[in-house]
Amino acid sequence: MDLTLKIWRQKNAASKGKFVTYKISDISPNSSFLEMMDILNESLVLRGEDPVAFDHDCREGICGACSMYINGHPHGPDKAITTCQLHMRRFKDGETIVIEPWRARPFPVLKDLIVDRTAFDKIIQAGGYVSVNTGGVPDANSIPIPKVKADLSMDAAACIGCGACVAACKNASAMLFVAAKVSQFALLPQGRVEASERVQAMVAEMDKLGFGNCTNTGACEAECPKEISISNIARMNREFLSAKLGAQKPSGSAGGDA
Amino acid sequence: MALAGLFLISFLGVHLGINLLILKNDGREAFNIAAHFMVTNPVVQSMQWVLFGGFILHILLGAVLQIQNWMARPQRYKVEGFSHTSYFSKFMIHTGLIIFAFLILHLVNFFFKAKFGEMPEVMIGDYMYEDMGLLVIEKFRNAGYVILYIFWLLFLGFHLDHAFHSAMQSLGLNHSKYTPVFFGISRALAIVIAGGFMIIPLVIYFS
Ligand code: HEM
Ligand code: SF4
Ligand code: FES
Repeated sequence: MDLTLKIWRQKNAASKGKFVTYKISDISPNSSFLEMMDILNESLVLRGEDPVAFDHDCREGICGACSMYINGHPHGPDKAITTCQLHMRRFKDGETIVIEPWRARPFPVLKDLIVDRTAFDKIIQAGGYVSVNTGGVPDANSIPIPKVKADLSMDAAACIGCGACVAACKNASAMLFVAAKVSQFALLPQGRVEASERVQAMVAEMDKLGFGNCTNTGACEAECPKEISISNIARMNREFLSAKLGAQKPSGSAGGDA
Repeated sequence: MALAGLFLISFLGVHLGINLLILKNDGREAFNIAAHFMVTNPVVQSMQWVLFGGFILHILLGAVLQIQNWMARPQRYKVEGFSHTSYFSKFMIHTGLIIFAFLILHLVNFFFKAKFGEMPEVMIGDYMYEDMGLLVIEKFRNAGYVILYIFWLLFLGFHLDHAFHSAMQSLGLNHSKYTPVFFGISRALAIVIAGGFMIIPLVIYFS
């Protein structure tokens, strides 16, 4: 296959950056998108040019590193996959492919296609964990959990923190990511204990970092490689509302405190 | 945002119901009585202030949220998103601003006239009523106004298409069984409310 690539090149976080066009030929339709990028980079190195910097690690859809915004879609045109799982047969011979980094104020570009996703770590640090002592492994069935809840929690926990939801959202909102993290805990008894503080802390951190607001547009869900549902966002809204409105405080004088 | 929006939808429902009375072939009697009730009833009159508040709250919140959302992506994409979405959600600020601009015209046309202007009067039973209906009918004899209103209402319809279901989701009401129903209700509200309001100038103009 012969292709024209328009790739965002930016030296470092401080420089301006621009699109550079590359022609590439003899690409096998069976190669993966990242292999195609590797071939491009080898040719650049041979020519003595700076290779295109892009994030990647597992190359099997589990680490969430491979952030590329390809022809208007995070992770390219296919549904429910990451860039590393995308194949060149998905494109037409002679096609022009535009490759951009994730664009969001809290995800500054570090170099070329690599963005800094520390913002997600900060949101997790704000409350995306269980800090109460949950003891050793309990006997099977000693804590009954409805199958539906277990399944919903596992679905939410499938989030790999890739940031495609932010990249796809017209508001660069991180609601789907945060909702997935809030939900995976809120649905299970060990996570329930701190659910109210967790949702408030994580939402506050998300807002502080400058992510946009959710307008229920649904692009995140459509582009998420793990098909995280926006029903998680509704769950987070419920959790947040009830935490803000419904939280009860024990009165200081009650006997239980003694 | 969601609560103010839902409140505005409920207002549109009442407003539409009353407006449709003008199409009743009774010499505008039912419409004028209803209009008279709306400007004199103390409950309705106090709700009017809640309504103003609702509009202001919705518009201010909408503007603030939209500005934050623009700021969250200082550098735009070369290829804008092609993702599958609730289509009109991308244009809420635009359709909203069009609604707002025409809302002012609308208030000048009818609301301020009825409140502060000279009104024609008409005898119904033993009482004199303001002939609000005549005012409406005279406005909509003018093709320019009819076209302007249809245009306005089209954008109201677009706004409403992403209104009800979005408000439900914002309030945390999402359910595998009912969410598709909410989308249906949203579309239906858009068509019934915008379409219902559109019928009125059209019928008046062509009769
Ligand atoms: C009668 C008129 C109107 C009705 C019934 C209405 C209704 C609604 C509803 C129900 C929503 C969804 C709220 C949510 O999901 O939380 C919404 C969103 C929105 N409206 Fe309106 N609206 C009206 C007029 C306006 C006006 C005049 C503006 C002016 C700027 C406006 C701007 C917006 C914006 C920017 C949004 C998107 C914000 C978001 O999704 O959170 N609307 N509207
Ligand atoms: S919700 Fe989906 S798109 Fe967003 S970070 Fe998690 S896996 Fe990526
Ligand atoms: S490189 Fe790990 S998900 Fe793509």
